[in-house]
Amino acid sequence: MAEKQFKVTADTGIHARPATLLVQTASKFDSEINLEYKGKKVNLKSIMGVMSLGIGQGADIAISAEGSDSEEALRSLEELLKKEGLAE
Amino acid sequence: MAFLQGIAASNGIAIAKAYRLVEPNLSFENKTIEDTTSEVARFQAAIEKSKAELEAIRDRAQVELGADKAAIFEAHLLVLTDPELNGPIEDKIKTEKVNAEAALKDTADMFVMMFEQMDNEYMKERAADIRDVTKRVLSHLLGVQLVNPSMIAEEVIIVAEDLTPSDTAQLNRQYVLGFTTDIGGRTSHSAIMARSMEIPAVVGTKTATEEINNGDLVIVDGLKGEVHINPTPELVAEYRKIHEQFEAQKIEWAKLVNEKTVSADDHHVELAANIGTPNDLKGVIANGGEGVGLYRTEFLYMGRDQLPTEEEQFDAYKAVLEGMNGKPVVVRTLDIGGDKELPYLQLPKELNPFLGFRAIRLCLEEQDIFRTQLRALLRASSYGNLKIMFPMIATLDEFREAKAILEEEKQKLIAAGQTVSERIELGIMVEIPSTAVLADQFAKEVDFFSIGTNDLIQYTMAADRMNQRVSYLYQPYSPSILRLVKMVIDAAHAEGKWAGMCGEMAGDETAIPLLLGLGLDEFSMSATSILKARSQIKKLNKSEMESLANQVLNMQTTAQVIEAVNNATK
Repeated sequence: MAEKQFKVTADTGIHARPATLLVQTASKFDSEINLEYKGKKVNLKSIMGVMSLGIGQGADIAISAEGSDSEEALRSLEELLKKEGLAE
Repeated sequence: MAFLQGIAASNGIAIAKAYRLVEPNLSFENKTIEDTTSEVARFQAAIEKSKAELEAIRDRAQVELGADKAAIFEAHLLVLTDPELNGPIEDKIKTEKVNAEAALKDTADMFVMMFEQMDNEYMKERAADIRDVTKRVLSHLLGVQLVNPSMIAEEVIIVAEDLTPSDTAQLNRQYVLGFTTDIGGRTSHSAIMARSMEIPAVVGTKTATEEINNGDLVIVDGLKGEVHINPTPELVAEYRKIHEQFEAQKIEWAKLVNEKTVSADDHHVELAANIGTPNDLKGVIANGGEGVGLYRTEFLYMGRDQLPTEEEQFDAYKAVLEGMNGKPVVVRTLDIGGDKELPYLQLPKELNPFLGFRAIRLCLEEQDIFRTQLRALLRASSYGNLKIMFPMIATLDEFREAKAILEEEKQKLIAAGQTVSERIELGIMVEIPSTAVLADQFAKEVDFFSIGTNDLIQYTMAADRMNQRVSYLYQPYSPSILRLVKMVIDAAHAEGKWAGMCGEMAGDETAIPLLLGLGLDEFSMSATSILKARSQIKKLNKSEMESLANQVLNMQTTAQVIEAVNNATK
């Protein structure tokens, strides 16, 4: 299993467009991918799950992936978060 | 045959079969299912069909309205394929042996409730997305056709109660020849859309959806505001002739695209366009606009869950300034409040929003919002010919305060090494009578005036323009209004400044001769009205219109003024 921590820097948090992008990217992979925030864990391939967390600026989040392409999935998600200036 | 009278919202004649944009019946019965495997398959098939449909809608929105507006359908697609929604539905079918319709409805309702209970406006709106998506899947399960305007493949006239932005997003311009609605007025969303799509429309017919069936032959007369249902062949022939004349006229007008607007006695005025987004520029250029006379920046703030960032605003302003290629662009700072609300600002409800905390009043109080916009404007200023205009100015103090804030932001930017244009003109909207009356004093300090007639008329007549029962008081040709307009223009000219107009009146056939005579310098209107106005002004003699204007200023009623204009310009 691969896992990585991030700090959300986007002033809008993980809402709307950022959430869409994350879910779209996660859905490209076969691995099971989860997003954890404040002890709550949701399926990162679920837009409703991600938005239900209400992640704001400054939040500490963790993304974990388990499966054949878990490393690649995590790398893509990390790239996306940084490229879009969402988290670091 | 039947006939409906409505409000002419967009010029032209359309003759085609009706397409009703009315929701189908989506009710169903709860059933027990034995063969749950094939029920799950039926559910998955409905998801697949919905997905194909949504992708087509998204692609069309992308082309017609830009990636921004298409994003909502992108979100719908994700909801549609959300494993946390579909998983429980499939489980429910398998374990509880219920039909797919019931499993879908129960599960989706749970999520809708969950989102509606969140104390965040944005999240609450996501509940609407889930409902929308559920409806689409349900329609496929039930085998009924959800109205899918984007899938129309023959020429039609759209018949609807009202058209929302998301409805119009889906309309295929190639096939939609015109539309008619039950509700709405000249300034409602549907009317504005029709004008920017350049298709005829009649709104506010009250009963179009009751009277018109799918496939009825319909004539939409956007010139007179009439709708004819299943007309006689004679009437159709008559209208085809009017349509041809109108189209021929449009071709004549189109020849004026690259010409300046000059009266018969060689007086030049500027015909500019009102726009809401950078996307509207295409229309401005296609219709020969000599500038943008009113860029309504509130659209940047609407239909979203938070304020636009400085960067987003900068991008939009820069796009418009560059797109106009050095021609003047008058940007109106945020005019929110009144009939235009921003839910995320959570402003308290007011008894008289049109007389309340709106536009510059709000901006001077909520300075963060104002300063962000001004910075974005100042930074964009070096990309074109920017003029900044403050809305709803009632006193000189307000103007001075707004100007001082602008100046502060400008100095800060320059100190930080930003390039800011040195030639930004600073003006005000004249839409409050107090400002019109004191225009001579304002003219000493502002660079220009733009008369906002929609509000000036409503405030002068003390008649809410959204209230149908007092709509008879919307009288642009009233001598009282014309006198105010004259005061503003004269005051500007006395100080060597210019005066424009950016309300509906500026593009109005009856008002144009008077405004020319009163000496208006800039007329800003819907892009699609520009060529017609240019053609009209070319035939008018300014000196003759001056004496006409002087004459009507001393008349007693609107009816007398209209008659005088008609006689003088026949």
